[in-house]
Amino acid sequence: MAETAIQLLTPEGTRVEHPDYPLEVSAEQLRTMYRDIAITRRMDVESTALQRTGELSLWCPTLGQEGVQVGAGHAMRPGDYGFTTYRESGIFHVRGVEADELLQLYRGNTHSSWDPQRVGLGLFTIVIGSHALHAVGYAMGIQRDGTDDAVLACFGDGATSTGDVHEAMVFAAAFSSPVVFLVQNNQWAISVPVERQSRVPIAQRALAYGMPGIRIDGNDVLAGLAVTRTLLDRAREGGGPALIEAITYRMGPHTTSDDPTRYRDESDYAHWDELDPLERLRRHLLLIGEADEVFFAAVEAECEELGEKVRGSIRGMPDPDPMLMFDAVYAEPHRDVEADRAQMGAYFTRLQESA
Amino acid sequence: MTATHVLDFPLPDVGEGLTEAEIVTWRVAVGDLVEINQPIVDIETAKAVVELPCPFSGRVSALLVAEGQVVPVGTPILSVEVSSPAEPLPHSESREAVLVGYGVAHGTTRRRRLTSRAAPRPSAPAPVVAGRPIAKPPVRLLARQLGIDLALVAPTGPHGDITRDDVQRAVTPLVEARPVRGERIPVRGVRRAMAEAMVRSMSTAPHVTEWLDVDVTGTVRLVDQMRDHAAFAGMKPTPLTVVAAAMIHAAKRTPIVNSSWIDLPDGSSEIEVYSHMNLGVAVASDRGLVVPNVRDAGSLSVSGLARALGELTQRARRGDLTPADSVEGTITVTNVGVFGVDGGTPILVPGEAVILATGRIVDRPWVSDGGLCVRPVMQLSLSFDHRIVDGAAGSTFLADVAAFLEAPPITLA
Ligand SMILES: Cc1ncc(C[n+]2csc(CCOP(=O)(O)OP(=O)(O)O)c2C)c(N)n1
Ligand SMILES: [Mg+2]
Repeated sequence: MAETAIQLLTPEGTRVEHPDYPLEVSAEQLRTMYRDIAITRRMDVESTALQRTGELSLWCPTLGQEGVQVGAGHAMRPGDYGFTTYRESGIFHVRGVEADELLQLYRGNTHSSWDPQRVGLGLFTIVIGSHALHAVGYAMGIQRDGTDDAVLACFGDGATSTGDVHEAMVFAAAFSSPVVFLVQNNQWAISVPVERQSRVPIAQRALAYGMPGIRIDGNDVLAGLAVTRTLLDRAREGGGPALIEAITYRMGPHTTSDDPTRYRDESDYAHWDELDPLERLRRHLLLIGEADEVFFAAVEAECEELGEKVRGSIRGMPDPDPMLMFDAVYAEPHRDVEADRAQMGAYFTRLQESA
Repeated sequence: MTATHVLDFPLPDVGEGLTEAEIVTWRVAVGDLVEINQPIVDIETAKAVVELPCPFSGRVSALLVAEGQVVPVGTPILSVEVSSPAEPLPHSESREAVLVGYGVAHGTTRRRRLTSRAAPRPSAPAPVVAGRPIAKPPVRLLARQLGIDLALVAPTGPHGDITRDDVQRAVTPLVEARPVRGERIPVRGVRRAMAEAMVRSMSTAPHVTEWLDVDVTGTVRLVDQMRDHAAFAGMKPTPLTVVAAAMIHAAKRTPIVNSSWIDLPDGSSEIEVYSHMNLGVAVASDRGLVVPNVRDAGSLSVSGLARALGELTQRARRGDLTPADSVEGTITVTNVGVFGVDGGTPILVPGEAVILATGRIVDRPWVSDGGLCVRPVMQLSLSFDHRIVDGAAGSTFLADVAAFLEAPPITLA
């Protein structure tokens, strides 16, 4: 297993070839990915601001991790299905979930603001690691359907300490299911550093389950694209599951409720700043002469425009009808839910009468 | 003049269910032009210091809260004069958040009106739950450190569990509210263990105590002989040595005294009669009562007993005993004679069936062979667990010990 992380694009912006992960990528694709990272980042900033002005309950910043997210998002085929965490706005953007759609969840307006069937992304489970099981279950379903889709299961370094992730890997390996586990090792699980989660590189654990474990530079969008695509294709062709450990860094707080200065040193940031995914792609585009300042300025303007649009649509969003919460608990009517609905309805009526 | 409006910025809940924040530093002043998302103020909440961005662009017309002030969520903190009719801020009520990692702090949450039906914490303490009190390990540790018996603490936790606060409350009335009337001795360590053992014993085993006076002339003579005997060189044989030998001897005829009552998980019980005897000796140390035992005392010769008892009491006096010395005793003797008294009603070591107390040896008038004489007399007090030992067995054992002490069947070569 490679101890050093696979890198296809250096922090200085030069392309590196890797024998196992050849990558043909057009200038158009490179510019698209640049734009995707830039928009994801701009939406991240706007979401934090919206939370700080009382418009969102919470936000989980993606800052710093957009490289692997955008790369992996592009590696998925339309029919593939992703099970993600709450810190995955890069993948959501690439799969066509606009920020104002995603943010309804963080505003507390709904439990699911996107259509999982349309975009092929499952709902978040805030219970860390549990969706790894859902991912493997889905992958086992694909095997029974006999299609050639594959599943991407995304979670963090901290999640690898959960029993659910362990069980998921055991099942995936035992059934040779078409699933790729993408661990974004952002060095932290809230305030717990990754050294506390694993004595060995997380990728090394994969060998024990009987699947390849590959470390990649998580701030390299091209490594994210090439390695995820290769392993998803391997999985869909019957090659079984694999694990990717993307080395990256959570540049922001864990959530808007968190204050990272309490547990980590600001001097860490400089190192990761050097490895920034957006900046390195920008350097690359400039180096190969496939983008100029006009292009970058246009992207920035587009980002600003989108920021304004999202702000406007979130601020104008009315509170939902509270009775909606009973609608999608089960596919079919359920006695207990109906009882709860009736009770809540009666409560609102009383409330209005007494107002 | 263009039409302008003044918009207020209410303090948002920047955490998950925070109720208030302190205004730490204003980054803008009245008259400043501000842009949307421009940092305007640093605030400190229970969780973090955060920077708030401005939701409007315009000119600052007022800072409504001074630095250093703590204000509730929802309080207008800043007024901005805007020229274009901006999207009005929807009425900002405190909202409860999706939890990603941090729980909402209890007691500080101002819930939205509609969610205020969440069951309130019971204000009256819930009834004390029977059996082992429920408390998390850190709470148990705290209770131990504070010397609080969890069985006596009223739980208020959501699952009938004892919380940290409950433990603190249990301390407060004892320590804080009571007027100082003298020295307070903390009940810890050996003292605490003794207290717990006594309570446990008295509340589980029905105690019966019997007495018997013994003419110990033979014992006193034997101890004198031992002191001069080569086999006991370097040892300090005492009447306790002979008492120990007497107990070993008497227990052979009445093995039930060397046993334990055991409650099984299925609700039934059984008596375990031991095939070995670990003879405990109650020793008063300066830290409290300890009961180290002589392992497998039944297999020792009299000189072996004398040596083992000597070592034990010496180590006890030096404070060298370890907890291991005091576990797995099967029967106990306590010499209350050293305190100048005759007897008492000794309390069983929890799990043991009998305990023998020996009184002082004192010359008394004694009737022997129909005539009055003066003899060294010692009183024996035997307590036994009446679940295990009935009156007949207890009396037989006591009489056998007495007979042994009156005429020890030991000849020194
Ligand atoms: C089962 C479970 N345990 C604990 C938590 C609280 N929690 C929320 S996020 C988090 C850290 C997760 O770290 P990691 O998997 O590295 O993901 P990251 O937040 O770094 O993206 C924890 C412990 C939870 N949501 N679910
Ligand atoms: Mg992490």
